Amino acid sequence: MSKTVKIDVKDLTVGYGDYVLLHDAEYQVNKGDVFIIMGGSGCGKSSMLRVLTGLISPLKGSVVIDDTDIAHASMEEVKKIREKSGILYQSGALFSSMTLSENIMLPLQQYTDYSPATIRELASLKLALVGLTGFDDFYPSEISGGMKKRAGLARALALDPDIVYFDEPSAGLDPISSHNLDDLILEINQSLGTTIVVVTHELASIFAIGNNSIFLDAETKTILARGDPKELLKNPPNEAVYKFLTRGEGK
Amino acid sequence: MPNRQKNNVQLVVQDNAAKIVLNGDVLGHDSDDIVRQIQNISSDNIKNITFDAQALGMWDSSLLVVLYETLRMAQANSIKTDMSGLPKNLQDLMKLAFADDRKPTHGDSQFSWLESLGKGTFDLWATINRVCNFLGTTLSSVGRFLRRKSVMRGIDFFSALNDCGPKAIAIVSLISFLVGLILAFVGAVQLQTFGAQIYVASLVTIGMCRIMGAIMVGIIMAGRTGSSYAATIGTMQVNEELDALQTMGMSKTDFLVLPRLFALILAMPILTMLSDIMGMIGGAFVGVFMMQLPYNEYWKYAFNAFTLKNFLVGVFHGFCFGIIIALCGCYSGLNCGRNADSVGLATTKSVVCAIVWMIVVTGIITVICQELGI
Repeated sequence: MSKTVKIDVKDLTVGYGDYVLLHDAEYQVNKGDVFIIMGGSGCGKSSMLRVLTGLISPLKGSVVIDDTDIAHASMEEVKKIREKSGILYQSGALFSSMTLSENIMLPLQQYTDYSPATIRELASLKLALVGLTGFDDFYPSEISGGMKKRAGLARALALDPDIVYFDEPSAGLDPISSHNLDDLILEINQSLGTTIVVVTHELASIFAIGNNSIFLDAETKTILARGDPKELLKNPPNEAVYKFLTRGEGK
Repeated sequence: MPNRQKNNVQLVVQDNAAKIVLNGDVLGHDSDDIVRQIQNISSDNIKNITFDAQALGMWDSSLLVVLYETLRMAQANSIKTDMSGLPKNLQDLMKLAFADDRKPTHGDSQFSWLESLGKGTFDLWATINRVCNFLGTTLSSVGRFLRRKSVMRGIDFFSALNDCGPKAIAIVSLISFLVGLILAFVGAVQLQTFGAQIYVASLVTIGMCRIMGAIMVGIIMAGRTGSSYAATIGTMQVNEELDALQTMGMSKTDFLVLPRLFALILAMPILTMLSDIMGMIGGAFVGVFMMQLPYNEYWKYAFNAFTLKNFLVGVFHGFCFGIIIALCGCYSGLNCGRNADSVGLATTKSVVCAIVWMIVVTGIITVICQELGI
């Protein structure tokens, strides 16, 4: 059975001004994938994520999400796509002047017609889903880094998105919190059928959750490999990918 | 301060070979001279460089600088080097220093003056575009607010109002009192020579109400509130909170600019009135207690000099300054970079920009008032 393509990236060149980070990138993310964008520092992973989420425009090429090219879409179309996506930023990016509950209520107030009471209940439910029951009235400054990420994930899940993007979810977390977050990502993927796109260079996370991936290379500014990370480790297409996946051991 | 050894690193040149001899401890070595000597030997037809570290004692990074520069010079001039005379740890460190497998792909480009001029023009154009875009977006946010479609939260407005209103009263009162006091002192010195010291009351009243009250409040609020807006929003940029807002499809101007703008628009005229009053009290303090002017007489002259026209011009200045401070603060914050340094830069920019624009707008209002005979 053929898989439904959720994100179709074609002929994509990413950069800033006349500085090119990555050129002629082509790949597809299928519905329900846990898709990993991996590569060394400075290869353009986070910039790729910014392009996918419409925060920056690519220098060239298209990013088609559900039949809409986000790189060339109108504001209204971009808004519709964003309604169906959630993002967990590296730092959680929770609004510090709001409680966790208010953070989650914000997109619900913006995009839904639910009553205030329902919105509050939904926020509590989302917090419970990420293991933060009872933390509704806490401010971001009152919780740990791992909890901030969970709360950020709860906000990302507020509108029941089709796609959730994660920017370096394990960054700054201890191994156990990182492992727990990986489990949470898998649970969301499996129980809600959400397509997950993760930008990371954490090998443990890559192998634990990824079932599809691309490897970006800073030297050639291209995609050097595509596929299941575990398969890439077994049959590495080139030395750079193998070195990355084996923490620099090489063949 | 480490003892600077002069002769512990020596360069010996013989025929077509150079040898760097290391003796004793090389700690805090002033490497300038020896590095210059080493760089000069490239023109002496030197074919190879060796090292003698048999008598080397303790060493620090100052020795590494010498070795690194030597090897770089040798590499650039295709001179053979033999590091076998160095201890293994020094050899390893040098190998590490030259093992960089990545070169900068872009960096500080050298531009000719014409290119720099072109780049400057493009940058200026980009800035003008950004400012126009910001002003347009803010205007459309105000439009949305008037049509009740904005996502501005009431709580944010009241929080901003509390910050720029009640919390600013003490500093505005103090500074305005002192400014009134200074105005009175400066005026009194001149007026006393004509025996017209009672007109200090008129001077302070007109000065504070017409312009000084608004200017002082503007400067205080630019430094106190405008910079805080830039820092808060700039930090949100660093923490990716602005990205989060954008990807949630929420207008940054609705959410961040409008509450601050409305709060300052409301607070500034009121603070200006407060400043006028405090300045007049400061003037009275000098007039009554220092110059021994009769209390009733002082206030009679002060009230005679007070006109609604002057007062309203001052309050209007305050209103304009409120808009300027809020816009400069929010613009600087929204266009802040993504590191701590940028937040500092954004706060500085917001204050400088607000003060410059306040002066420009004061000039414009003054000319208009002059033309209209106000």
